[in-house]
Amino acid sequence: MYDTGKIITGLIIFLCLITFPLWYNAITGKAATKPELKIITKEKQCVEATPFMRDSHMKLLIQWRDQVVRENMRLYKGSDGKTYTMSLTNTCLNCHSNKEQFCDQCHNYVGVSPNCWNCHIIPEEKS
Amino acid sequence: MDNSKRTFLKVAGFSLLGIGSKPLQKALAVNEEPKILPSPDALTGKRWAMVVDMKKCKEDCQDCLKTCHQVHNVPNLGNPKDEVKWIWKEPYEKAFPGEENEYIQEYIDQTLKGSQFIMLCNHCDNPPCVRVCPTKATWKREDGIVMMDYHRCIGCRFCMAGCPYGSRSLNWRDPRPFIQETNKEFPTRTRGVVEKCNFCSERLAQGLIPACVEACKEKALVFGDLEDPNSEVRGLLRSHHTIRRKPQLGTMPQIYYIA
Repeated sequence: MYDTGKIITGLIIFLCLITFPLWYNAITGKAATKPELKIITKEKQCVEATPFMRDSHMKLLIQWRDQVVRENMRLYKGSDGKTYTMSLTNTCLNCHSNKEQFCDQCHNYVGVSPNCWNCHIIPEEKS
Repeated sequence: MDNSKRTFLKVAGFSLLGIGSKPLQKALAVNEEPKILPSPDALTGKRWAMVVDMKKCKEDCQDCLKTCHQVHNVPNLGNPKDEVKWIWKEPYEKAFPGEENEYIQEYIDQTLKGSQFIMLCNHCDNPPCVRVCPTKATWKREDGIVMMDYHRCIGCRFCMAGCPYGSRSLNWRDPRPFIQETNKEFPTRTRGVVEKCNFCSERLAQGLIPACVEACKEKALVFGDLEDPNSEVRGLLRSHHTIRRKPQLGTMPQIYYIA
């Protein structure tokens, strides 16, 4: 192989650069700050179990949205048997009225910016 | 391994049976309780419509306009070019072109000609806005309401070109700073979507009549189901001569005016 030294050095520099975000975060410890959710409601359970809400709330919200707007269905029977009005503003945000300490925590961590809040009104922060 | 034709056919046969078992299982399974239900208090109709009695409407009254705009977070942008219209006023000649004839005074009160008529989305039976919408963001519900799904609107404004009544408005900019009093229970709109009167579908689902109808002290606005022969709107159509906006266009508007 010609120019072995140059190629190997080049490859090492390339690998260093491409893995930059990984080791940069490892060194500065930024990735270690996990999102901390603050739940300020007295309710024991959300409309579904916590693990389901954690990974599928976006699917649930989209289902709610389509059912309410397009099918005129307004009520949702949660797994606890209770009936809820399907409404982001009037049901979800009643308990989770602290967007900055709840929604934004994970959304910022994973780098998603849902556009719900362009139209749906954020309640005033209560801590 | 015995690879005879006989074993092959046996395996193939059982496999086919296996494919058939899924729908069978579905059919035999106990039906799960539905998780999504309609609101039990909702007002239900087959053909929602409105009669506007202009003989009762007071010229300087703004009650219906103010209530609607407050309930639905309709912004006041302060200039007619950017205006967002849900319910508004228009003079007779602009609202009813083509209605003119030599003997019109026989059935239309001529004193009303100078007055401002109440305008809102006509919730047409044959809505041109629905036909032109490329994303199905607007559609006609089974009860006749022409609905908007702001989530789907891409702001192309075909519907604004299609609507002959000017009932649709685009949000040229973020409407939030121009909303005087925000109703926290109803969303605002965002820049780049078209909006219109929704016949208070969110109130109908709670068993309430439209906000403008409720706000009118003179009872000039009457809301009801046209397919119900005993409804108040049908009664008014029976007892009064009514006109509609531009019926010659074939859009079948469902707002009737007593003039």
